Amino acid sequence: MEVIAFYTFAIAIIASFLIVVTSKNVLYSMSALASGMVLISGLFFLLNAEFLGVVQIIVYTGAVIALYAFAMIFFDSAKDVKESRRSRAIFLLSTFSSILLVLLMTIPMSSDAVSALYPMHQDVGNAQDVGMVLFTKYLIPFEVAAVMLLVAMVGGIVMAGKKMDRYLGNDKEEISK
Amino acid sequence: MDLGIFIFQTLIKILLVLLIFSALAGFTTYIERKVLAFMQRRLGPMYVGPFGLLQILADGIKLFTKEDIIPTNAIKPIFKVAPVILPVSAFVAFTGVPILPDIQIGDTTFQFLIVDSDVGVLFVLGVMAVGMFSPLLAGIASSNKWSLLGGARTAIQLLSFEVVTGLSILAPLMLVGSLNLIDINNYQIEHGWLIWQQPIAFVLFLIAGYAETNRTPFDLLEHEAEVVSGYATEYSGMRWGLFFIGEYVNMYIVSFLVVLIFLGGFGEGTLLDGLCYLAKVLFFIFLFLWTRAAWPHVRPDQLMWLTWKVLMPLAVINIVVTGLLVI
Repeated sequence: MEVIAFYTFAIAIIASFLIVVTSKNVLYSMSALASGMVLISGLFFLLNAEFLGVVQIIVYTGAVIALYAFAMIFFDSAKDVKESRRSRAIFLLSTFSSILLVLLMTIPMSSDAVSALYPMHQDVGNAQDVGMVLFTKYLIPFEVAAVMLLVAMVGGIVMAGKKMDRYLGNDKEEISK
Repeated sequence: MDLGIFIFQTLIKILLVLLIFSALAGFTTYIERKVLAFMQRRLGPMYVGPFGLLQILADGIKLFTKEDIIPTNAIKPIFKVAPVILPVSAFVAFTGVPILPDIQIGDTTFQFLIVDSDVGVLFVLGVMAVGMFSPLLAGIASSNKWSLLGGARTAIQLLSFEVVTGLSILAPLMLVGSLNLIDINNYQIEHGWLIWQQPIAFVLFLIAGYAETNRTPFDLLEHEAEVVSGYATEYSGMRWGLFFIGEYVNMYIVSFLVVLIFLGGFGEGTLLDGLCYLAKVLFFIFLFLWTRAAWPHVRPDQLMWLTWKVLMPLAVINIVVTGLLVI
């Protein structure tokens, strides 16, 4: 059962990310990206990591919708985007480096040296397990990530908050009211 | 062999949910018309069948037989897929909602809940939010200005109200200490309904629920006076109908969630409790319709103001206060 489910999800994920990379239409690649991200959660559910699976869905729904908003601003979705493939060297180099990256990530996993340090407990829930590890072993990275998010938020407010007290529209009459 | 029985049972449960709630979605449109008519001193549908009851059937025949128009300039695959996403995600989310308490027949307990997960609430809310891709994609793919505006409004609405939904529900979850809907229900047997402990969270969650289902005070995606019919402008026939099946099923999900989290859910699961549970859910469906009759639309800038300047700070303060009390 699990094998069938795994391969179904795996093929669907690879197919949708293939569309993301090869399609020239913004809308196609964005939609494929969204479906791929949602499908990845299926793999988490198969591994009984329910919490991570749900977080995957929630986080990437919001993130991809924000991307859609940018795509709507920058591109006309009815037309194909013209990609510039001027340099062959860059194309070859990026292909080579991505293959290298994949190998770097996968080779250690095939050996026996990698083992799970924090296995799941049967009696406590998935969310509790993740919480325990986050707040004990990985407390510092977690806090650093929180600080980074805070910095990003303050930066965003500063960027967006310029001229907030002034009216930027064309309709002068609305101010005088 | 156990696995076979399990798969068989699950399939039957899924079919039941699908049939019951797509039928209920149709029926709710009838109720909605009647309630609105009653509040506006009209009669509502009266001609087809007794009290206009067969109007649903007539609407169904119309939706199924109407020509399915796809605009020439639309991006066709996306245009065709978009209406399917909303009902699919709504029904998938419904698998995480316990529709009725477990029923004990002899030695075997029959569980109505399909996905009994530790992260029940998050699962339901997360999958429901995926449905927002549907109006967004429909809006962009239609190649129509009004549709595009509707799609853009979907994006801001989701980004604003996801925050409020998440934050408002966090405080009651901190009290319960579990994300499982059954655990939340059982917590309220001992400690009383959570609405008394978390009134602010209740109001915030309800408001956010109206926004997630695009119901009236926040239905800017299809605001007739401003953007014709928003994302659904170019749709006709059953593709248009699918959007609305999804919307009504989402209404039911929000009502079930509000009752389960804040109003005691199904309690101990006796027959009386089960009936009360359904009555409470139906009350919230009625509240959806009531609000539609009583409230005007909200402008997009008012929506953003409401979310970021009122609801979100309130939710954060609520979490801080709850956290201090819990410690």
